[in-house]
Amino acid sequence: MSKKPTIVLDARAVDRTLRRMADQILELNDGTDRLIIVGILRRGVQLADRIVKIIETQEGVTVPRGALDITLYRDDLQTVGPRPVVGATHLPWTIDGQRVVIVDDVLYTGRTIRAALDELADFGRPARIALAVLIDRGGRELPIHADIVGKRIDVVEGQRVDVFVEDLDGKEGVFVADPAEPPSGDT
Amino acid sequence: MSAANMRDLLLKGGRVVDPSQGLDAVGDVLLRNGKIEACGGALGTPDGAEVMDCSGLVVSPGMIDVHVHLREPGREDVETIKTGAHSAAAGGFTGVCAMPNTKPVTDNQATVGFVKRQGEAAGYARVYPYGAISLGQKGETLAELGEMVGAGAVAFSDDGRPVESAHLMRTALEYARTFNVPVAEHCEDMSLARGGSMNEGVMSARLGLKGIPAEAEEIYVIRDILLAKRTGGHIHMCHLSTRGSVELVRWGKERGIHVTAEVCSHHISLTEDEVEGYNTNAKMNPPLRTQSDIDALQEGLADGTIDLLVTDHAPHHYDEKEREFADAPNGIVGLETALGVNCTWLLKTGVLTMTQLVNAMSCLPAKVFHLPGGTLSAGSLGDVTVFDPVREWTVNAADFKSKGRNTPYGGRKLFGQARATVVGGHVVYRAPS
Amino acid sequence: MKGILGKDLLGLEQLTAEQINVVLDTATPLKEISLRQIKKVPTLRGMTIVNLFFEASTRTRISFEFAEKRLSADTVNVASTGSSVSKGETLVDTARNLEAMKIDMVVIRHPASGAAQFLAERIESNVINAGDGMHEHPTQGLLDLLTLRDRFGDLKGRRICIVGDVLHSRVARSNIWGLTKLGAEVAVCGPRSLLPNAIEEMGVKVFQRIEEAIEWAEALNILRLQLERMEAGYIPSQREYNRVFGVTRERLERAPRELLILHPGPMNRGVEIDSDVADGPHSVILDQVTNGVAIRMAVLYLLSGGRPEQAIVAKAGVV
Repeated sequence: MSKKPTIVLDARAVDRTLRRMADQILELNDGTDRLIIVGILRRGVQLADRIVKIIETQEGVTVPRGALDITLYRDDLQTVGPRPVVGATHLPWTIDGQRVVIVDDVLYTGRTIRAALDELADFGRPARIALAVLIDRGGRELPIHADIVGKRIDVVEGQRVDVFVEDLDGKEGVFVADPAEPPSGDT
Repeated sequence: MSAANMRDLLLKGGRVVDPSQGLDAVGDVLLRNGKIEACGGALGTPDGAEVMDCSGLVVSPGMIDVHVHLREPGREDVETIKTGAHSAAAGGFTGVCAMPNTKPVTDNQATVGFVKRQGEAAGYARVYPYGAISLGQKGETLAELGEMVGAGAVAFSDDGRPVESAHLMRTALEYARTFNVPVAEHCEDMSLARGGSMNEGVMSARLGLKGIPAEAEEIYVIRDILLAKRTGGHIHMCHLSTRGSVELVRWGKERGIHVTAEVCSHHISLTEDEVEGYNTNAKMNPPLRTQSDIDALQEGLADGTIDLLVTDHAPHHYDEKEREFADAPNGIVGLETALGVNCTWLLKTGVLTMTQLVNAMSCLPAKVFHLPGGTLSAGSLGDVTVFDPVREWTVNAADFKSKGRNTPYGGRKLFGQARATVVGGHVVYRAPS
Repeated sequence: MKGILGKDLLGLEQLTAEQINVVLDTATPLKEISLRQIKKVPTLRGMTIVNLFFEASTRTRISFEFAEKRLSADTVNVASTGSSVSKGETLVDTARNLEAMKIDMVVIRHPASGAAQFLAERIESNVINAGDGMHEHPTQGLLDLLTLRDRFGDLKGRRICIVGDVLHSRVARSNIWGLTKLGAEVAVCGPRSLLPNAIEEMGVKVFQRIEEAIEWAEALNILRLQLERMEAGYIPSQREYNRVFGVTRERLERAPRELLILHPGPMNRGVEIDSDVADGPHSVILDQVTNGVAIRMAVLYLLSGGRPEQAIVAKAGVV
């Protein structure tokens, strides 16, 4: 009865995709000037770290990396039931006049990004905010759009997209799974 | 209650327990014209007699609760003499002694007479008034004890408060000797107890409530025993609650001092744990204490150190108890649960024999307070309690005849219940089947 | 579908170690909000919280107000003094009136022990105990725990001594419960007349002399000595109290290790604590204040966890 999850990107493919995304970010930004990469907790932060490392190797510049926990800005807090765990938000320096690139693993309804935009607005006024996501699975409920996409995939409603990163999960890859299955998967 | 033209009443086939006659056997009791006509053995059924089948039940001399608060005059909103006397009858009691801390205080012959007449008019359990020791219960001037006795007072007390002046207590004990009535003390050292709302112990430490230490009671117990020794008067200790108090009364009795003592049903059954959750229906003065105190009080009943069982029936309005714990008034009702509690915690457990229980609830109250009754010997008052010592029932405060609903036993199962109460030959209470 | 804390926060006695840790873990990331320029998150937007204070208190009330406002809740302050009896309106009626105005949460401080529980049993809104008589002050206990945890890491086996009038202190009781649940070793030190008779039965060591307590402890939580205690005859004078029990620099210098110093405030400088100790390098008193706002935000956040009926309604698609 249980179907094995479908692999979308294996570890090598993830690596290649991130390199391309890093290039696109540099292109979009015309280099590293005033660039801040902000990852959305939790996996967005790991991916942001990888991108920062890639840029460092390529350009020899360490771009500032922030982390954003959007729990307190969620629009579904009154209905989600027991309180979700709050993570630590950390933004280096001020973001006024800076060029922020938000990094997240999966773009779906767009509500997470909406919350992230609200939160960033409470910290200051960036010159521009761009969005880079590893996977765009469609299904938008808000008019949110990613500037940089690692891979676009089509997913049947109810299916889950699982992203694994080395630092948190001990392995890398992107899988599509049925809702009944526990997040696992072979590379 | 007219005695003439009364039908005879035959209480048939019950277990007749009368410690005053050394009786404990199945038999009949016949009442005629408001008195006991005959008792024991199989008596024939006289013509026209009402017959009550008492098989499986205990038939004893009418039970008397010498410590109740009937609130009238002054607080008829929470209880009247009539509702209180009715509550007593429903609990199996044929007589109660009403404490004088009314509004105005029962400290004069007029009020004493009023209480007596109200009791008679009610037509349920007999009501014997207490008179106050001091005017207004202020603890300053002796009240007119003689006049009050003349109007029907059977004992004196400033209950609700202690008599703080040892000199006044001494005087009261001496003066009361003239009338041969007991002086009853509410033992509480106010300087130790002031502000306290429960027993001082680990529970009060956890709940953050000021506690009343056992010593607040014991200090007055020994003080008054010594004063009774000095004066030869009769001191009666109200609602004892601590192990130390029992030991002190034992000391006094061993030396032949005229001291008697009572204990409330709640103090031989519940501990301070009832206060958990700030339950105001577990708040009374003296407070519920520890299991060790319960054990000592039960032993005291068994060996006769404590003479009587009482309730300290103290009705309060629902709104008054529905308050922050420290602000809620002290007291719980008890008339309609006393027999059940006493049978459950003393009889069923074997702490007291049936004879001892009946003695403590009926014979001794009459003897100690010089009241008629307390015996089923021929010619004595036609006051009888018929009860089932093992019948299981659940306490539902909404069924109480008392106006008060403030009981800690709500929802609890008790074993033992009054089935009929006879006062002056009349059945003033019959339990619904 | 209640949150991990249930409907109310009445005390630490009924909480598990797990629940306490969730509060501390939630408070930690919330500290950052008070460092932002815009010290606000929209989390409790639209919620109405009433601060019902029957006892004068500036610091606790302000701390709660900051916590509420930083979570974007609407705050109403109701101040009143005295018990139901003297006020003429019972606590029950006050509560019911508030509820009729459709409020979400009540923060209550009251001079009677058990008042918070009394209120919580009678209204549907979440109730937070901000101090009830001598019983508990759970948010103070939690912020003390957070302050200690920030410095010590794990509290297991840590030696904390509470110094002062434990008998009348709700802060002491909450601390005793919280610390013992997290595995710390707890002691109290003070004049015997100001320690509850049965205090050892609460799982606590007793020191008669402050020197012994300082020798043993890794942290001292110093309680305020109230003027009323002298008047009621519990101890002779403030001067004597400072001589015998005061935490002074000289006493601390003789300690075998460096002790953390906590105080719930307000301080009687020169009585229970000397100024150079209060302002010294080991004092974490100001951290306590900062942590207080974060802890209160965490508690408000965790208690307000979605009303079950709203969840059901939302799922059915009805708005």
